[in-house]
Amino acid sequence: MGTFDFLLQGLAVALDPMILLYALVGVTLGTAVGVLPGIGPALTVALLLPVTYGLDPAGSLIMFAGIYYGGMYGGSTTSILLNTPGESASIVTALEGNKMARAGRGGPALATAAIGSFVAGLLATIALALIAPTVVKLALVFGPREYFALMVLAFVTVSAAFGDSTLRGLTSLFIGLALAVVGIDQLTGQARLSFGVPQLLDGIEVTTLAVALFAVGEALFVAGRGMHRDDEAIAVKGSLWMTARDWGRSWKSWLRGTVIGFPIGAMPAGGADIASFLSYATEKRFTRHPEEFGHGAIEGVAGPEAANNASAAGTLVPLLTLGLPTTATAAIMLAGFQQFGLQPGPLLFATNPQLVWGLIASLLIANVMLLVLNLPLIGLWVRLLTIPRPWLYAGILLFATLGTIGVNPSPVELGMLLGFGVLGYLMRLFGYPIAPVVVGLILGPMAEQQLRRALAIAQGDVTTLIASPIAATLLGLAAAALIVPILMRRYGRGDILVKIAADED
Amino acid sequence: MRHRFPDNPRRPDRAAVVIGLLLASVGGLLLWEAHRLPQQGGYGGVGPADVPRMIGWGLMALAVWTVVEAMRGGFEPRPRQQVPAVLWIVGGLAAQLLLLPVAGFSIASGLLFACTARGFGERRLWIALPAGLIFALLVYGLFDGILSLNLPSGPPERLIYGG
Repeated sequence: MGTFDFLLQGLAVALDPMILLYALVGVTLGTAVGVLPGIGPALTVALLLPVTYGLDPAGSLIMFAGIYYGGMYGGSTTSILLNTPGESASIVTALEGNKMARAGRGGPALATAAIGSFVAGLLATIALALIAPTVVKLALVFGPREYFALMVLAFVTVSAAFGDSTLRGLTSLFIGLALAVVGIDQLTGQARLSFGVPQLLDGIEVTTLAVALFAVGEALFVAGRGMHRDDEAIAVKGSLWMTARDWGRSWKSWLRGTVIGFPIGAMPAGGADIASFLSYATEKRFTRHPEEFGHGAIEGVAGPEAANNASAAGTLVPLLTLGLPTTATAAIMLAGFQQFGLQPGPLLFATNPQLVWGLIASLLIANVMLLVLNLPLIGLWVRLLTIPRPWLYAGILLFATLGTIGVNPSPVELGMLLGFGVLGYLMRLFGYPIAPVVVGLILGPMAEQQLRRALAIAQGDVTTLIASPIAATLLGLAAAALIVPILMRRYGRGDILVKIAADED
Repeated sequence: MRHRFPDNPRRPDRAAVVIGLLLASVGGLLLWEAHRLPQQGGYGGVGPADVPRMIGWGLMALAVWTVVEAMRGGFEPRPRQQVPAVLWIVGGLAAQLLLLPVAGFSIASGLLFACTARGFGERRLWIALPAGLIFALLVYGLFDGILSLNLPSGPPERLIYGG
């Protein structure tokens, strides 16, 4: 059967009324969290994981993917109307979008963001469907050493390649890796770093860590920074509709954004923030109206918004085909798969094609839902921005602890939530990135297993790790991704890396 | 808790030195654990202790790098912090942790809600406390009743939702 037949089968799954409902809940929640400052898609999926424990696996995973896509849509609303990005991938959108809103062109800015997200989401999801079977075939020739090399590459790109400091990125990664060691060793059953505490034998829950770092840490940081009374949402004035001129200036930017965003998401090269920044830089170079940039150029909204949605779809390529998460949200979605006893990877396409293709097909449907939710209902989402901060964060923390209490109401688990929350606060305070900790915790044990398997196959010969051309190339890329940024920073070209720093989601 | 601002960027950054020492102690813990673990190498000669040892040495190296960076003043100055706000929220979480087994979900979480709101500048505790309690009770009803999550119950839950 070809890709097309699989996709048709997937559509049959996705059009089931219950699945449609899950998708709708996902995109609605996703849009809401994208709009609200302080919570992103990574945190929302982490909060929902314990709640979906008893629900249908396919439906839950479709809901999570809907949250991911919805978060990318909703974030643009906040950036344009409030100049405070709702999620990190929309920081660039705020540059031009907020200027447009201040000039009374908020409607067209929201419209080009939503339609651009739709176009990019649609094209990128189709690209995902087309490319996934090929990657799966490639992945079948991957042995333990190739997987290990791929994970090392992912570690480096997530932690050290971007951002303002190799040191702080690597430190975050190693904190995650150290936490990953806690618990029972998967290959020998040996208890490690558990100090006789029975709750630690199961290891540290990804959801507890993610909720603590993202929700508790962020709340402490925002509270500690003190109140700002200057954020006020700009009312949408005038028509929502784009003029013929707006369309003419937008469509090429949407396509360029998609072409930039999808590969960046698909390669282990970091998340949507990087894609949207590169798209902004490209639009600035290609525009026929350079004088408008910085004062509300519509291309500067259309391109980056398309790019961040395309990269969200791209992220699903390594996640579904290789089981490799390259962003914090993808890492937590991987935890979601594992919660249902599923391991994403080439095998999943063979053993559970209905689930995989149902998921891909429902992303196409979710995109249509998101367009409907975001354009006519925009006024409703803007209302969310008027919730007073004390009530908003009080509610977020109540839900944050709810998940932990629901799964495991032990003082040890809640103590970890508090402890990691303070860790997240201090890391933000000192400028350490958060995502590498989460990726390290979930990928660490997988990388360890592959490493030990590879060495066992070669009877302890370390050179086996670079003996295959694929593994050697991947490790070479990882080394380059580590060394080149250090040199760039040393020779004063580091500011560009700071701008494309991968942040939370 | 309040951090001093280094006016002279060349001055060693004490907080960052402390971070380096903490990293070194975590690294030391991993190395000690790796030393303690029995070595069951199997075929490849790699056992459960090897990866913790690698991570331990990695942390040690990062600790040295951090201290060097701190001595050269490579860390950005921290934004000034509202310590009471942070303490209100940490206190709320700690109170919830301690109260949960005794008083049940709603009282403990309502208190957390009120403390968090206070940390974000809501001074009217006589509004925040009841609001938090009612909100927590609704959440309890939704998640314990409908989504069958097992939340610890206390007097208010038993009163409203029964046994």
